[in-house]
Amino acid sequence: MTPAIELTNVSKVYRRYGGRQFSTLKSALLQRSILRDLQPSETFPALTDVSFSVPKGSTYGVMGRNGSGKSTALKLVAGITKPTSGTVHVEGRISALIELGAGFHPEISGRENVFINGIMLGLTKREIQNRFDEIVDFAELREFIDAPVKTYSSGMYMRLGFAVAINVNPDVLLVDEVLAVGDEGFTHKCLDKFAEFKRSNKTILLVTHSLNLIERFCDEALWLDGGHAMSHGDPKRVVGAYLTKVEEGEEQLLAATTARAVESASRGQDGSEGQDGQDRRDQPAEHPPDPTSNMSQATEGRWGSREVEITDVAFLDQAGQPSFVFHSGDPLAVRVTLHAAHPVDDFVFGIGLFNADGVCCYGTNTYLEDMQPQRLSGDVEMVFAIESLDLVEGTYKLDLAVHKVDGFPYDYHRLLYTFRVKSRVHDVGIYRPRHRWTFSPAVEFKSRRDDR
Amino acid sequence: MFSNLANLFRYRGLIQSLVARELKARYRGSVLGFFWSFVNPLMLLLVYSFVFSTIMPNTTKGIQPYALFMFCGILPWTWFAASLSESTNSLISGGNLIKKVLFPAEVLPIVSVLTNMVNFFLGLLILVPSLIFYHRLHFSFALLWFPAAVLVQLIFTLGLALILAALTVHFRDIRDLLANILTLWFFATPIIYSWTQDNVKAYKALFDLNPFTHLAISYQEILFFGPVGHWKWLLALGGGSVLLFLAGYWLFDRLRDSFAEAV
Repeated sequence: MTPAIELTNVSKVYRRYGGRQFSTLKSALLQRSILRDLQPSETFPALTDVSFSVPKGSTYGVMGRNGSGKSTALKLVAGITKPTSGTVHVEGRISALIELGAGFHPEISGRENVFINGIMLGLTKREIQNRFDEIVDFAELREFIDAPVKTYSSGMYMRLGFAVAINVNPDVLLVDEVLAVGDEGFTHKCLDKFAEFKRSNKTILLVTHSLNLIERFCDEALWLDGGHAMSHGDPKRVVGAYLTKVEEGEEQLLAATTARAVESASRGQDGSEGQDGQDRRDQPAEHPPDPTSNMSQATEGRWGSREVEITDVAFLDQAGQPSFVFHSGDPLAVRVTLHAAHPVDDFVFGIGLFNADGVCCYGTNTYLEDMQPQRLSGDVEMVFAIESLDLVEGTYKLDLAVHKVDGFPYDYHRLLYTFRVKSRVHDVGIYRPRHRWTFSPAVEFKSRRDDR
Repeated sequence: MFSNLANLFRYRGLIQSLVARELKARYRGSVLGFFWSFVNPLMLLLVYSFVFSTIMPNTTKGIQPYALFMFCGILPWTWFAASLSESTNSLISGGNLIKKVLFPAEVLPIVSVLTNMVNFFLGLLILVPSLIFYHRLHFSFALLWFPAAVLVQLIFTLGLALILAALTVHFRDIRDLLANILTLWFFATPIIYSWTQDNVKAYKALFDLNPFTHLAISYQEILFFGPVGHWKWLLALGGGSVLLFLAGYWLFDRLRDSFAEAV
């Protein structure tokens, strides 16, 4: 099949006119620097050597983080900007759903705007006349079509823009993250329209953050990161590669967050004695030796006498590797390294698990579990292993403490350690019990994931 | 460049509907609506007549009634000045179109110029009956020069508008600079005074350097005085305007790719 869109070694470099804010026409004229000022003083590569081709009649998804060059790629295909190097070739009439309703004039009616917008998008007056009813019905704006566009809600505005753009009857449709505009019902209509486009053998280039959409709709996908094509081909594979990368990024972020939290908590302790620390130390006995207390005070912190000190905390995954991102149902182990300045015989290890709202999901300690302390000295290690992390998706924080049976804290780490639980099922709540659905034979389902 | 110029012809439908939209939108929501297009010049004419016949009467010979004489120059000047200041802004205010839609950018300044041309024509509907009423309009072949003068002014204004619009994207100061230049330019052009006055004639060479002098004089001759003695200058300006337009279009075309990024 002949490609409908073909990009060959396309690079786009945006110019940043550094220092141009203060340059005026006068100074440019005086210094004869008009030409020089029009030269970029700094450049920013938005796309680097990207090649892909979209066969006619297929749906192609482009994904990537914010600023990865997705929209630039779309603008290049639309012809709004020109590539710095490389070639862009597009066959057939293009309609770009980049900004809906761009060019609507607020003062005049929806009807007049439909005509002008249609002409801007390359239709003739007659063509618009023929499609007018279809456009208005699609936008669900029949009763408001003669009202000035400035009275429209943003949803109505977008719907009208979408309806005009999609009725241009393009051979190539470029869509940039516009499905988020309408309510549920309208989004479904848009998706139906895309499906109709697919059936009539039109080419769609879809830029989106919705991996679900890419998996469901696209025949092929491209993943851009920092202007480079990271991977392209089968959507499932590309989405998988993307998710892995996102997890890595998240992990780094969580590691950094944790490191920062631990560091700032320690600084508070070593320095001028944080208010929090003092209070606790003055009246340790009033606090029961139980990490689930003080739940209402979900503030991070660290306090204690440091006779026994927590020196390192790590989350370990299945393979025993440190990690910050876990999948629901995976095993997780918390490895704590401690150092006792002198041998102690009164100690309790406690652990508490909180979700992002500060709700305690679980809390326990060695004393509650009937372990009578005998002796602890030198450098020791403690591992708290969870066989199966049956939590729903979200961010969780950990309390870790070692204290005396009466509650006197040696080292109390409050909400300093963060990890993420990921899940492909977006169920709700906190705890996901192991479960199974069974039905009598008259009930039938098929998997929604494979429905394309 | 010339293929782009040819494209311009293809966009006539778009230009037409955008001009219509601008005209409609301008008075949308007002009670008199489109009538303002007539009422505005009429009011202006009445104010001038009152001021220059009662408060500070201008009795210069040969240009009576003075308010009408002045109006013959002010109407085309308003077209010119409004076109320039609007088109200077047009690319920036239409940035959404340039950045998000595949849209021929030159359409925007052109629409500004044409919209103001329509307003100029509507102003004529007030001016011409007044001229007839005062027996100043001479029905002769001289009137045939009128379309020529309009055409020359159109091309001249378009050329300047394209240059200013394109440069303003990069040098925003032009907007403010232009407002002041236009004020100066207005008084440097024989509009509120006649070039036949002796103290003006003394600086004829300087006035001849001002392109709008020739347009203003042409309009005054065609509409107010009758015999058109200035046609040679008008034709020369026409030639220069075509060159200016081509230069303006060339510059606009050169800078075109930078608009989507710099707007």
